[in-house]
Amino acid sequence: MAAVERQQWDVVVVGAGGAGLRAAIEARERGARTAVICKSLFGKAHTVMAEGGIAAAMANVNEHDNWQVHFRDTLRGGKFLNQWRMAELHAKEAPDRVWELETWGALFDRTKDGKISQRNFGGHEYPRLAHVGDRTGLELIRTLQQKIVSLQQEDQKETGDYESRLKVFQECTVTRILKTVPDSRSAAGSRVSGVFAYERETGRFLVLEAPAVVVATGGIGKSFKVTSNSWEYTGDGHALALLAGAPLLNMEFVQFHPTGMVWPPSVKGILVTESVRGDGGVLRNSEGKRFMFDYIPDVFKEKYAESEEEGDRWYEDPDHNRRPPELLPRDEVARAINSEVKAGRGSPHGGVFLDVSTRMPAEVIRRRLPSMYHQFKELADVDITAEAMEVGPTCHYVMGGVAVDSDTAAARGVPGLFAAGEVAGGMHGSNRLGGNSLSDLLVFGRRAGWHAADYAADTDARPAVDDQQVDAAAAEALRPFSAESQQPDAGPPENPYTLHQELQQSMNDLVGIIRREGEMEQALQRLAELRVRARRAGVEGHRQFNPGWHLALDLRNMLLVSECVARSALERTESRGGHTREDHPTMDRRWRPVNLLCRLADPTGGLAAADPVRGQITLTRETTDPIRADLLALFEKEELVKYLAEEELYE
Amino acid sequence: MSGYTAHFRVWRGDVEGGGLEDFKVEVNDGEVVLDIIHRIQATQAADLAVRWNCKAGKCGSCSAEINGRPRLMCMTRMSVFEQGETVTVTPLRAFPVIRDLVTDVGFNYQKAREVPAFVPPAGLGPGEYRMFQEDVDRSQEFRKCIECFLCQDVCHVVRDHEENKAAYAGPRFLMRVAELDMHPLDAAEAAGLDRKRAAQDEHGLGYCNITKCCTEVCPEGIHITDNALIPLKERAADRKYDPLVWLGSKIRRRPAGG
Amino acid sequence: MATGTEPHPNSGGVRTRTRAAISAPHLRTDRWWLAPAVTAAGLFAFVVYSTWRAFANAHYYSAPYVSPFYSPCLAENCKAMPSGPNADVFGSWWAISPAIIILVFPLGFRLTCYYYRKAYYRSFWASPPACAVAEPHAKYTGETRFPLILQNLHRYFFYFALLVAGVLTYDTVLSFRDPHERWGHMGLGTLVFLVNIVLIWVYTLSCHSCRHIVGGKLKHFSKHPVRYKAWQFVGRLNAWHMQLAWASLVSVALADFYVYLLASGVFDDPRFF
Repeated sequence: MAAVERQQWDVVVVGAGGAGLRAAIEARERGARTAVICKSLFGKAHTVMAEGGIAAAMANVNEHDNWQVHFRDTLRGGKFLNQWRMAELHAKEAPDRVWELETWGALFDRTKDGKISQRNFGGHEYPRLAHVGDRTGLELIRTLQQKIVSLQQEDQKETGDYESRLKVFQECTVTRILKTVPDSRSAAGSRVSGVFAYERETGRFLVLEAPAVVVATGGIGKSFKVTSNSWEYTGDGHALALLAGAPLLNMEFVQFHPTGMVWPPSVKGILVTESVRGDGGVLRNSEGKRFMFDYIPDVFKEKYAESEEEGDRWYEDPDHNRRPPELLPRDEVARAINSEVKAGRGSPHGGVFLDVSTRMPAEVIRRRLPSMYHQFKELADVDITAEAMEVGPTCHYVMGGVAVDSDTAAARGVPGLFAAGEVAGGMHGSNRLGGNSLSDLLVFGRRAGWHAADYAADTDARPAVDDQQVDAAAAEALRPFSAESQQPDAGPPENPYTLHQELQQSMNDLVGIIRREGEMEQALQRLAELRVRARRAGVEGHRQFNPGWHLALDLRNMLLVSECVARSALERTESRGGHTREDHPTMDRRWRPVNLLCRLADPTGGLAAADPVRGQITLTRETTDPIRADLLALFEKEELVKYLAEEELYE
Repeated sequence: MSGYTAHFRVWRGDVEGGGLEDFKVEVNDGEVVLDIIHRIQATQAADLAVRWNCKAGKCGSCSAEINGRPRLMCMTRMSVFEQGETVTVTPLRAFPVIRDLVTDVGFNYQKAREVPAFVPPAGLGPGEYRMFQEDVDRSQEFRKCIECFLCQDVCHVVRDHEENKAAYAGPRFLMRVAELDMHPLDAAEAAGLDRKRAAQDEHGLGYCNITKCCTEVCPEGIHITDNALIPLKERAADRKYDPLVWLGSKIRRRPAGG
Repeated sequence: MATGTEPHPNSGGVRTRTRAAISAPHLRTDRWWLAPAVTAAGLFAFVVYSTWRAFANAHYYSAPYVSPFYSPCLAENCKAMPSGPNADVFGSWWAISPAIIILVFPLGFRLTCYYYRKAYYRSFWASPPACAVAEPHAKYTGETRFPLILQNLHRYFFYFALLVAGVLTYDTVLSFRDPHERWGHMGLGTLVFLVNIVLIWVYTLSCHSCRHIVGGKLKHFSKHPVRYKAWQFVGRLNAWHMQLAWASLVSVALADFYVYLLASGVFDDPRFF
């Protein structure tokens, strides 16, 4: 057996973004000894890039807001595919989660009467996003980080050791979730027993034994070429859960944020916050036309302004005017931009124009959108107070994810596994509203930490770690160093960077914002080829901080997750939210109650399957639970008929 | 401007030793130094160690020294260099090196732990906090910090004097003390914690000689020296070097106590 | 390829054993030495000039102008300046130039000023000479012990600086007379004095200690709206503290030099009215 350091914890949290840290805080406060593992340094997680704000119906700015309205907006945004119980819990609990941050030292922007200020955002009926300029994610992560430190300070006072009850393993990557060997004598199947990880700095292997594991690893954007996501977003948690036997839900729904930078090429995809539109920015095509007025879909006709004048009045008088269509949910805006560019009305670098310079004084722009001002000035030589930005869609978020129980965040089918944040599916349905992500992290991060701690406390005997699995995981992790010797006839080892670039290009071109059947079949073919080549991804050098090695290992996850996306997207023959089929351009009510679940084809966890038709993933359809009657009653009948199938309406 | 070939010198090695390695590498329109480092990784040195994350100047991971100046690689555009200019990239030189451009920044996490956390005011529950914008503005400026640790790297107090690391928190964490001391609802004083005095006695504020390099390198443009460190020095002076304030507090306390 | 692996220098600072093995004290390629060199030259020039003028004990009064170096003049050996800033506090035992008595205060104010500290620590003491350029000293304790801990007394010098600025304001008012003490006149010197006193005031008020005292020390600006406004005003000036420090340094030297030129008879003050 490989020499591997072992440690015992009650709860292991994989990921140190908003959801992971919130889960860790909760688990530790409920008495569980908690370890957090993250790929980057502590405090660098992707959450820092969230700009706009945290959606929570606190009604600080508009007194009419409440959880019911927030719930309604969330379901509309998700086109009624949301796991409704999650949306309900989210809308109800978000305000408490935001207020709690203040008691940990967070400093949000304020209203005149000293409360937390809230701003407008796409799809939200009222100003609802608690924010700090355009760096809300940074405030969130820093507050949680500092809360963790304060808990460690308490532990240090009591035990003399900062890390006695809560430890962060930074720059560490989990490659496998370990499970007990199924006991033939008892009815209980196999359950979580810990995780296998390597330290990036030294390359040393590490096994953290724990009855409960929370995955909070974020998204999958690094499988796409044009993305607002950081390098960490390689779908690790999705893949870990899948490999541990948990199903992934509705992976076809990938959100393309309508406004990413398009120029210069090296920054293509970097996010331009939705606050730009929330605060008055407008979209124009090369003819100078505010084209969004032509793209208001029927289901939203009554909610959005019909003329520029009305839209402009709304900023001052939201009670008597309807909002401008620039603030439609993200999927609508992204598709509209895509159509304009395709019709030849795009900007010089293949985007459209997003303009605040003619809408607000320069000084106001600099105050309200400081990072955007900075970002364009530094990276593109564009002064957004004087000229329009060029923007286009960028891969931003995955709505699909680990199928979880709404109340406990427990992953289906794997006792001891929990998932929260972007890696968990269901909450956002087919499309996420801006601002609902940060609140999702807090609400379900807390729930995952809570139930993981409870689960760990209820576990009598520590689940035994299977040495064979540890050995197999170690061998899998070391494979890239001996790529050549394994198949000497197959030619030189593959460069992991090249494979990654080809994967990103394929996903971008073939499973991108607008999808076609033929292209997705082609994508599955390419993924199968890449999978074969990825088995021969080789690296030079040694295990100490070797990025080539790290990437070679991440490829497994990206390929798995990409296949889930492509396969589900091929299956769902309609257009809904973050999934647009050119060959099935409309939303189909018959698909409304259908979830698509991805499972590993080879349940033993082997990855030998290279057959593109069969692949590694099998898909199953599942009918969703009917929406609870009292929640359904929050909507007008006329609205429901647009979404729900006949039989759902008259049940 | 179209592509050209640039001459890079990148420090490679580990704690045992190392040196500057030469690379000829393609540069395209609009690229930043981090793009070039990535290109070297993808085409010439797959195991070149570099820390990065968001590539948008928001996370503060890709700190390094470029032509001797501490900077974020993702926010340093290639257009600031002449095409014939050699670009030298080294790891941060105030911290122990791990490998290539990656350093051990543990010093900063240790110092972060030594600053007592926000103390919530007694008697105010969640949702009951009321603060005014003018009262949170100052601390909000400091909370823009992305913890890239360039200020910690450039500060000569520890950069040039390893032995001062034990006694000195560095600009980032002195600024954290200032942030908490200016937080309108921080109840440290009620809990018997004097942040002003602690800044001087426990976090080494006196080592700072306000030569402003921290402010010069801050990628967020935070006025660390003028808005955090000097006000903190003045607050410490209130406590320790101002007999008028001392006398005033004695006089004012007496009737209250009597 | 590698240009060769350097042996680890293994001494102090950036050459400490655990750090990246780079023997060069810095790798800056820009003209980092220019700023400290210019600063050193400027400060040195002022020190030479002011030492000469302070000890000269001559040519500091030419009615109605009194050199700012000699105001207020606090000893018996001062020149008689009709209605001028004479106050024989020290009496006859003070034998050397009376400028020395009063110059201690503006000197102390500027020596402990947060900007000048940066300027001379960098340019004279090379601590550090420039950012990321290794400093030459083996040990460093900053302002933690005597004598540099006395820098914390800046605020007292600020209070004195207010008094001195008040006296110089009085001198400027007096400069609205003609050489025969009749009011309502103005010469080129009056203009020089006006510019100087404005710069002295804005420099003094832009001081970091002033910013702290007027409002910076408060925790809740919202409860002190007037002091908040004052703090904001001082804050705006404070952003220009360096520029004001230099401008007022030059202007005070020029004002003195102007008086010197008049008093030594190089030319007569051009009168406007």
